[in-house]
Amino acid sequence: MPLDRISRRAVLAGTSAAAITAAMPIGRAVAALPPLKVGVIHPTSGFMALIGQICNRGAAIAPALLEEWGYPKLDIRYGDTETNPDISRAAGNRLIDNGAQILVGAFDSGQTTTLAQAAEQRGIPLMIDIAGAPQITEQGYKFVFRNFPRAPDIVGGALTVHKQIFAVSGKVPDKCVCLYRNDTYGNAIKKALDAMIPKFNMPYKVVEFIAYDPQARDLSVEVAKAKSTGAEFVLAVSVANDAILLTREMVKQRWLPWAIAAAGPGWYDQSYRKALGKLGNYPISTVPWQDPTKARTKEVLATLAKKFPGQAVDSSTMYTFEALLIVADAYKRAGSAAPQALAEALRHTELPAKDTITIGNPKGIFFDAKGQVNGIPMAGIQNLDGEPKVVLPIGSAEAKLVFPQPAWQGRA
Amino acid sequence: MLDVYLNQIVSGVLTGLVYGLSALGLSVIFGVCRIINFAHGEMMVVGMYLALMLFRWAGLDPLLSIPIVGGVLFAAGYALQGGLINRLIGVPEHMQFIMLAALAIVIVSSCLMIFGPDLQNAPLSYAYDSYQIGPILVDKVKIMAGGAALVVAALLAAFFRWTYLGKAIRACGDNLTGAVVIGLNVKRLYALAFGIGAGCIGVAGCILLLLVDVQPYLATDYTLLAFVIVIVGGLGSLAGALIAGVLIGVSEAVAGLLVQPSLKSVFSFALLILVLLLRPQGLFGRQA
Repeated sequence: MPLDRISRRAVLAGTSAAAITAAMPIGRAVAALPPLKVGVIHPTSGFMALIGQICNRGAAIAPALLEEWGYPKLDIRYGDTETNPDISRAAGNRLIDNGAQILVGAFDSGQTTTLAQAAEQRGIPLMIDIAGAPQITEQGYKFVFRNFPRAPDIVGGALTVHKQIFAVSGKVPDKCVCLYRNDTYGNAIKKALDAMIPKFNMPYKVVEFIAYDPQARDLSVEVAKAKSTGAEFVLAVSVANDAILLTREMVKQRWLPWAIAAAGPGWYDQSYRKALGKLGNYPISTVPWQDPTKARTKEVLATLAKKFPGQAVDSSTMYTFEALLIVADAYKRAGSAAPQALAEALRHTELPAKDTITIGNPKGIFFDAKGQVNGIPMAGIQNLDGEPKVVLPIGSAEAKLVFPQPAWQGRA
Repeated sequence: MLDVYLNQIVSGVLTGLVYGLSALGLSVIFGVCRIINFAHGEMMVVGMYLALMLFRWAGLDPLLSIPIVGGVLFAAGYALQGGLINRLIGVPEHMQFIMLAALAIVIVSSCLMIFGPDLQNAPLSYAYDSYQIGPILVDKVKIMAGGAALVVAALLAAFFRWTYLGKAIRACGDNLTGAVVIGLNVKRLYALAFGIGAGCIGVAGCILLLLVDVQPYLATDYTLLAFVIVIVGGLGSLAGALIAGVLIGVSEAVAGLLVQPSLKSVFSFALLILVLLLRPQGLFGRQA
């Protein structure tokens, strides 16, 4: 436009626009960023299909909600590990070949391990949403990051919650009995318990560790043996099906421990609560969990309720969402989808706790030199009125802890 | 601690009676038709699902479904024998195995497609009731299951001992040539025997639904268990199957307490190996 044709109005408009843009550089930069191609990989077929699909619900709602919060657009592409570590690697490579600039996954430790190898080899960042094997972030990888507690942290966190239970209730059991699945997962937790119980100086004595066949249809012998120890506190390492069998036997054998404390999943699952009704109330699960008191968590829960009506929310969904939140935050700061830039931005993540979703480190999300977020506490989740509710830590509690549990009779 | 063992022994006996009943069907089929039914567990799972459906649709307690489920499985077994199993009589055993294993896969896959993979059960109003007699605490469900298994086994034994048809079926099993010579309709009797065996398996399925949740993949465990019981008790011996079932039930319960519960199956198989070494025809079987 020739200078003599420029009006005062045009100058004023241009100056105002420049001032506004200068005041909000990030907003302009976010709008200018192309969508980040994110490969989300979980087991969506095979025997872990259900949990993989649950994780993907977090990815389904993430792009729209994160954009509302002022983060750049995410273009999600899905991969399936088929519950197989080798296929997990292949799925990761395939997504990268098809343009994925960052990967998120993969729930299972074995499948995540191979995915991490693929990501590191290809120089593409991997944001691990869920996987507990400690060795994944001990390999010296430069492109692998994890916002989930490692197995020893899970056990240590569980023991911390037990102490909180006793402190809040004022009741301390003398004896504990541990019932655990005789498989890789159960034995790994048992090994961690053996090592950590003495270090944590627990007030109870574990009088017996009782392994049971994961395929067993009848756990009456196991429960009888546990009952005979006279333990007041039960530590369970199981999945939903075993939890159902164990609870039924406890009711039939008229054994009422003060609490069943589950180190892991199963006891808060929808299938457990549906199968047992009121008899499924009061087990306390010590697990990584979402923080129901945070504003963003409430928004995520509301969005999930709208998109997946009638479906119980699983913390796996929330951890996948949070992984994508971290990715979006890193992309926003990096201003570039180049792998090195993304990896550097992830390494310098400093998400304040109030902006996160899960009950995490009170100082927020930040990675150590190995790409691991540390200090993630376990939550105490108790089934109350048929729903899992956070009862510990007190600061994130949405209901009051019930310990010891009331009698079986009169519940059903 | 004595009361704990007593409780487990009682529980083992009651559970063992149900195991024994499930193995009776296998024993009947082998004892007469000389066919080893590798689809045994699968037929029992079908019985469980039928009982579950009757519970859901008609509110029928699984114990009250026994005549219906037993009848349906009897008819299916009768038809199966005539249509398929008959062709396996006299053929090499590996062909019997392949055919029946294939049938088992068809049954499991069909159950998977119709009912899905999840565990399902019949939520009975008395499912959590138990009786206390002194130091012994027993599930109401186990007492009813064990009692029903004993009654059905007794009726079956009475049928084979005192009815003309039962004696005729036994004659086929004991001496096929003699049975043909005296004019027995062997084909029909074989079909009846297979039907009775299948019906017995179906009844065991109804009773087992009281104790465990059903899913399609349950079948393999119970096929294996039935084989262990029949071999320990003696192939073809009804009393042997029942007693061996009780032995297995009690050994699992007590072994689980003495050693580790996750090793309780080890004792059943150890018992099997011992019997095979010392008395290969089984505790109540006839020597070849």
